[in-house]
Parts: sequence; structure tokens; C-alpha cells
Amino acid sequence: MKEQLQKDFDNSIKNLSLSQKDIEIKKFCLGNFIDKGFPNRKEEDWKFSDLNQIIKKNIGELSFYNDQASTNKVDTSVFVDGLEHNKIVFINGRIEKIDFEYEKKDQIEIIDQSETINEFKNSNSLSDLNNAFTNKCFKILVKKNYQLVKPLIIYHTTNSKIWSKNINLRLNFELDKDSSLRLIDLFNDTSEKNFLNIFYNFELKENAVLKNYKVDKLENKNIKYSFNNIDQDKNSISETFILSSGSNFSKNEINCNLNGLYASAFVNGIFSLNNYKHHEIRSIINHLTENTKSYQLIKSVLDESSKAVYQGKIFVNSDAQKTDGYQLSKAILLNKESEFNAKPELEIYADDVKCSHGSASGSLNEDSIFYLMSRGLSYQQSRELLINGFLLDVVEKITDSEIKNLLKNMIGIKE
Amino acid sequence: MDKRQKEINNLKDYKYGFSTDIENIQAPKGLNEEVIKFISNIKKEPAWMLDFRLKAFERFKVLKEPDWQKPKFPKIDYQDLYYYSAPKSMKDKPKSLDELDPKLLETYKKLGIPLQEQARLNGIAVDAVFDSVSVATTFKDELTKQGIIFCPISEAIQNHPELVKKYLGSVIPTSDHFFATLNSAVFTDGSFVYIPEGVRCPMELSTYFRINASNTGQFERTLIIADKGSYVSYLEGCTAPMRDENQLHAANVELIALDDAEIKYSTVQNWYPGDKDGKGGIYNFVTKRGLCKGKNSKISWTQVETGSAITWKYPSCILKGDNSVGEFYSIAITNNHQKADTGTKMIHLGKNTKSKIISKGISAGSSDMTYRGLVDISSKAKNSNNYTQCDSLLMGNKCGAHTVPYIKNKNSESNIAHEATTSKISEEQLHYCQQRGLNPEEAVGLIVNGFCKEVLQQLPMEFAVEAQKLVGISLEGSVG
Repeated sequence: MKEQLQKDFDNSIKNLSLSQKDIEIKKFCLGNFIDKGFPNRKEEDWKFSDLNQIIKKNIGELSFYNDQASTNKVDTSVFVDGLEHNKIVFINGRIEKIDFEYEKKDQIEIIDQSETINEFKNSNSLSDLNNAFTNKCFKILVKKNYQLVKPLIIYHTTNSKIWSKNINLRLNFELDKDSSLRLIDLFNDTSEKNFLNIFYNFELKENAVLKNYKVDKLENKNIKYSFNNIDQDKNSISETFILSSGSNFSKNEINCNLNGLYASAFVNGIFSLNNYKHHEIRSIINHLTENTKSYQLIKSVLDESSKAVYQGKIFVNSDAQKTDGYQLSKAILLNKESEFNAKPELEIYADDVKCSHGSASGSLNEDSIFYLMSRGLSYQQSRELLINGFLLDVVEKITDSEIKNLLKNMIGIKE
Repeated sequence: MDKRQKEINNLKDYKYGFSTDIENIQAPKGLNEEVIKFISNIKKEPAWMLDFRLKAFERFKVLKEPDWQKPKFPKIDYQDLYYYSAPKSMKDKPKSLDELDPKLLETYKKLGIPLQEQARLNGIAVDAVFDSVSVATTFKDELTKQGIIFCPISEAIQNHPELVKKYLGSVIPTSDHFFATLNSAVFTDGSFVYIPEGVRCPMELSTYFRINASNTGQFERTLIIADKGSYVSYLEGCTAPMRDENQLHAANVELIALDDAEIKYSTVQNWYPGDKDGKGGIYNFVTKRGLCKGKNSKISWTQVETGSAITWKYPSCILKGDNSVGEFYSIAITNNHQKADTGTKMIHLGKNTKSKIISKGISAGSSDMTYRGLVDISSKAKNSNNYTQCDSLLMGNKCGAHTVPYIKNKNSESNIAHEATTSKISEEQLHYCQQRGLNPEEAVGLIVNGFCKEVLQQLPMEFAVEAQKLVGISLEGSVG
């Protein structure tokens, strides 16, 4: 892999106009990645999902170089109907379109940050890989007091014209005081067997509100890693919803730092898996100051030899008195071969806190099925009804009614 | 303050902190094959036992000290320890209690375990382990009548080699982790219990461990075998003198329950926890593992952990037999600079296996407490159930309480439920108690005892009273 990395790296550097300093930084990151390689099960955070093995087994050798010179045609058929929205379109890792047509132009700033490489806290070797190979990086700045009228949808599309087996993306967001953003990540993959490595960084200033919905619904053979870093100031709110379903392997990581008083973070997730899929959500909520709040709810429905992993950590600093932290993960195993692993972790250094977590996994309740069947439903119908109700719980946590309805339709959940 | 006064003050904090002046035989300092042969030789062990030790030592040489645990500690120099220390008078074993060194009897009397009285009063059969050797076992005759074997493991190696050979290392093999392997190589003594088929042990069996000599590691090994349909309840207590340096205690405990057998293992661990500034104290790195080998067998661990500078142990159950049951009840209290990383592992292999985990952690002062546990339901363990509850109580904002459960469910017909909470004693509760005339310290004691009640109830009567007191004492000075 080393030669391939070096070769592809040289190729991608050639096509970028970077300063010597930036090249040095990128080289340094590449070196780090070559040393460490893909994360494997020996690392505590990857205990349940050995990415190194998964890539070896599913993709084999990776290649990393993407030609950014030629543009891709934007396929408008993937756009969401029935919801007016702003767009950012990634095709095969290249930004093809940024369109804030519904917004006041002077309130949103798009800054090209390709030259600045920001170090991620809690970084692993994938952030090094990302640093070494990302070639365009934008920062989207929502200015003071501006609330976006329409949601922003980021389309992540890959198709058969893809050059390499690996795509690295990076986006930075800054939400200034009293601003708000609704962001939907929509994955449309028609390419086969690639490794997607996505890093987002969010900076929420006072009173800012971020709602991020990640929807991976379409069946595909890709391997996906997505990392969200969220820094929150006073009174800010972040809401993250993850639908983890389509890819062969997917790992979503959320690292949330509650830096300001009264900041709150919500993470809700659904795993709906079948067919040997293996998905993971790992969340780290750092309560760093007083009176912060976090709430997490993860539900899984696992069929046909699929495997879901939830690693959630609530960290409470010794200054963070009056923290309220809650975390619940529930799983239904539908098939003998399916598997659910959880590691709900609490690390607490302050005494006046209210922190709890719960985790439960098991089969569908036979009594409930019996109850429904005795009222005339078929076995299949009863099963569907129960699963529907089980997942509805999570969708109901979505605070934006417009998007809630959209997602309900997408997932196929009835009320 | 003169020396005497100082001593008295110290004893107030940890009343088992005295040491006994007694002549010792020690193995040469350090860890090497010679020392292992020395231990084996002094215990007049058969060749297969020495092989067992040497095999473990071979393995130990390639192992690295683990470093994933939460409490970090300065590197232990394994060459700077004595691996064998025994009261001189034990060289030729006394035949009865009357021949025992009076100083030893005195020590155990001070600890509240008068061995002589125990021989007369009806109650608990005690095996007392002093540093590296077992000094006295009471009630032997009565137990022998029922066919129960309860003796120091070194005696069992000589008198019941077929049992020891068959089961020693069958739950904790010589190739296990670092500290377990070290123990396999250098273990000195411990208790051996065998309950024959269909026998319900008529009394509580108990071992009392005491570290006395300085710079000594205590490596005891306990092996309990409950044959088909038998029952035994076993208690374990521990203390050590106060010393400024840290002492290592790395024991191995193996339990084997055959068909329909039940083993109840209770521990009240009160090793010296170090002084207020975290100086000294015992490193309690113990490997405890029970194997529910037969159908319908049951193993239940109950532990009250109040002592030790660092407690690092996970009493586990391997539920291999169908319908077997594993239970774990734990109270862990850390104060001052104590650290604990403890919990359990429940490994479900057989069908219809059940496990229950109740863990209560209390941290005060500048201490740090971690519950770390594993529940693993394998794909063949149909219709298995686990329930886990771990609650933590924090007192003050300098301490930490952490929960790290690993939950693995590979069987769709099995259920796992896990709950954990962390909180502090509410002002309302304190106020209510104080209003009724309790001082703050008593009020905290009462509330904490209530918090721990579920676990305390599991302890045998005599122990429960002691444990309840211990809970109160351990938290003294943590309020306000």
C-alpha cells in the first residue's frame, strides 16, 4: 500500500498549487498515515469494527488519486422533490455545485480554505489520510443573526466514473451568534466498493442552532467513515440524526464539545440493517462546563447476519456541575446471525450531575406479536407494526417538522 | 507528637495496620527459575507442580504488563520483591492449633479471628493465610466426616494430587494474562476446597489473608470444586499492616461448579489503602474466575471492596453448562487517593443461561472508580438473559466515577438489559436525616448503606454486619 500511497500523493500534489509549507504539512500527515495504517481492532475505539480487515476483505488494494480537473455532470434526478432547499453537490469527491438560491447572498460566506489544515481533536490515522489527500476545502460561514430560510442538502454522489478507490472530503462550518442551519447529508452511491472518508467541523457560537441529518439509505457496497466535530458555545444547540442503513460498512463518529454554559447536544440514530452489513456509531459528548445537557437515543433493527455497534461516551469534567447526560441504546435482533455490540461509557469527575445510560438488546417480543395476531393481523404485519413503532420513537425526536416528514417518507415509517 | 501517639492516630484510621514481629524465612529476592524451584522445594512439591510453575514462568517472560487500565501506577520492579515469606515456626508444620506460634494466634486475635475460640464455638471454618503460607485451618475434623476437603492448597497438592492436577489451571490457564501467569509461577499458598457429590457444606468456609512482611508480594491461589449437586459458601477477608511502600497482591481464584452445584463466594477486601496522601497501600490485582461447567450450576460472587491503594479485578463467570446461572454483587468504595477498576465478565456459552450484575460504586475524596464489565452472549447461548445495573455515587468534585460496560449480543433469542446511573446524595435526603437528629456523617452512612443494601443482603450474616460497619468507616471524613 505504501508505494501506491506515495505515488498517488505525488500525483495529487502536482495538480495543486500549494505553498511549500502546505506540501510539508501534507507530507507529514501522509507519513503519519503510512506509519499507522488503517485503524484495526487493537485500538480501543475500533475494537468492534476492524477497518483494516474490512477494507482488505471488501475492497482489497486501495488507490487514492482523484483527478480533480475534469468536471462531472450533475444528475438532477437525485435531487429531493417536494422540499425547497439549498444544495452542495459532491460527485466522486469533487464539489460540483454550491447553490444557496433561497438565501440572502450577503449573509452566507463561502471561504476557500484549501490551504489550512486543521488538526482534529481525537484524531486517528484517518484524519491524517484526509489531511494528506483532500484537495478542496470550503468553510461555510453563516453570519450573525441569520437563520437559513431553507435547509441545505449536501448530496454525496459517487458513480462509475470514479478514479480511485478512496475519497477524502472535508467541510468546515461556522455558525455565528444567533444563527441557525439545517443540514441534510444525503448519500447517493452508484459506484462499487470505495472507501469514503468524510470530516466535518462545526463551530457554534452563542445561541446558534445546528441540525444535522445524515441519511445513508441507498443500498451500496461502499465503506464509509464520517467524523463530525462540533464545538459549542453558550446556549447553542446541536441536533444530530443518523440513519445508518445503505452502505456495506459505515462508521459515524460524533465528537461534541460543550464549551459554553447551557449548551446542549442531541444525538439520535437508527440502524436498519440486513445482508451482512456492519455499521457503527460512536459518540463522545464532552461536558466541559456547568449546566450543559446531552441526550442520545440509538435504536437498531438487525436482520440477516448484520452487525451494529454503538459506542457512546459521556465525559463530565470536574467543572461541569449540574450536567444532565442521558444515553439509551436499544436493539432488536431479528435473525440468529445478527449481532449487537454496545459500549456505553460514563467518565465523570463532577459530583452534582445526573448521568445515566441504558442499553438493551433482544428479540421481538413474542407476546406483543401474539397480541396483534389475536386481533387479526398476520405475523408479518404484526412484526412490521412493532418495528415501525420501535423506530418511530427516534424519528419523533426530530424537532424540524418539515424534515421529519421527509425522513419518515424516506425510511418508510408510518405514524 | 511522639511516636507512640502517632501510631495510635494511625491505627484509628486503619485498625488492622499493626505488624507482627515474627521471624521469617524468605526466598532470595527477585524472580527467576531458582526462586521458583526454591518455593517448590520448600513446599516439597511433586515434579508436575514444578513443571506447571516453570511453564507459567516461561510464558510470563514474554508477556508485557498490561496498561489499558484506568488507574495508572509506577512501574513495579518484579525483581525487587520477595516471592516467598513464611513465619519461621511454620517450617515444620504444627500438627494442631496448640503448637502454633503464640504470636500468630495473637495476630489473628487482634484481627478479630480468634482461631482457638473458633475451634470451640460453632460457626465458620477458617483457613488463615499469613504472608505466603497457610497457618491454621479450623474445623477440619467435622468437615472430613462429610468428605469435604478444606485445606491449604500446598497440602492438597500432596494429599489430593489427582484433584489438583485435574482442575488447577483449568479455568485460569498458565497462558492467561500477565498477573495470572505470574501467580501460576510463584503462588505460595491458598485454600483448597472440594465438596463431594450431593453434599451441602454445613458451615461457611472462610479464608483470612494477611500480608505481614514488607516488600513481599502475596500470591495465593484458591481452588474450589463443587461436585455434582453440592453447595458451598466461601468467605474471604484480607488485611495488611500499614507500610509506606506499595505491596503487590496478585491472587488467582478458580471456581468450578459441576452439574447442579452452587458456589457462593464472598469477599470483604480491606487491605491497607494507603494514607491520606495516597502513600503506601496494597496493589490488589486479583484474577477470579468461575466456571459453571455442569448443567444447572450456579456461581455467585459478592464483593465488598473498601481497601487497597489500587483494586483491579474482574471476578468472572463462564456459563458453559446449560441453564447455569452467574451472579455478581459488588460494592466498591474508594476514598482519599484510592483507585479501583473493577467489574465482572459474564460469558454465556450454554443455552438458557442467566446472569445478573449489581454493582454499586462510591467514590469520595480524590479517589477514582471505574466499573468495567463484559457481557458476552455467544451465538449458541439460546434463550439467555442478562441484567446489569451499575450505580455510582460521587462525594465531592475531586473524585471520579466511570462506567465502561462492553455488551455483546450475538443471539437473537437472548436478551440483555443494562442500566447505569451516576448521582450524588441529594440535599433533601441529607436534610431529612439531619432533621431527625443524625449528624451529617451518620446521615451519609445511613444513605450509603441504603444505596448498597441490595449487595449487602447477599452477604452471609456475620459478614454483612462487618461489611456494613466497614462501609461507614471507609467514608469517614469524606463529608463536608
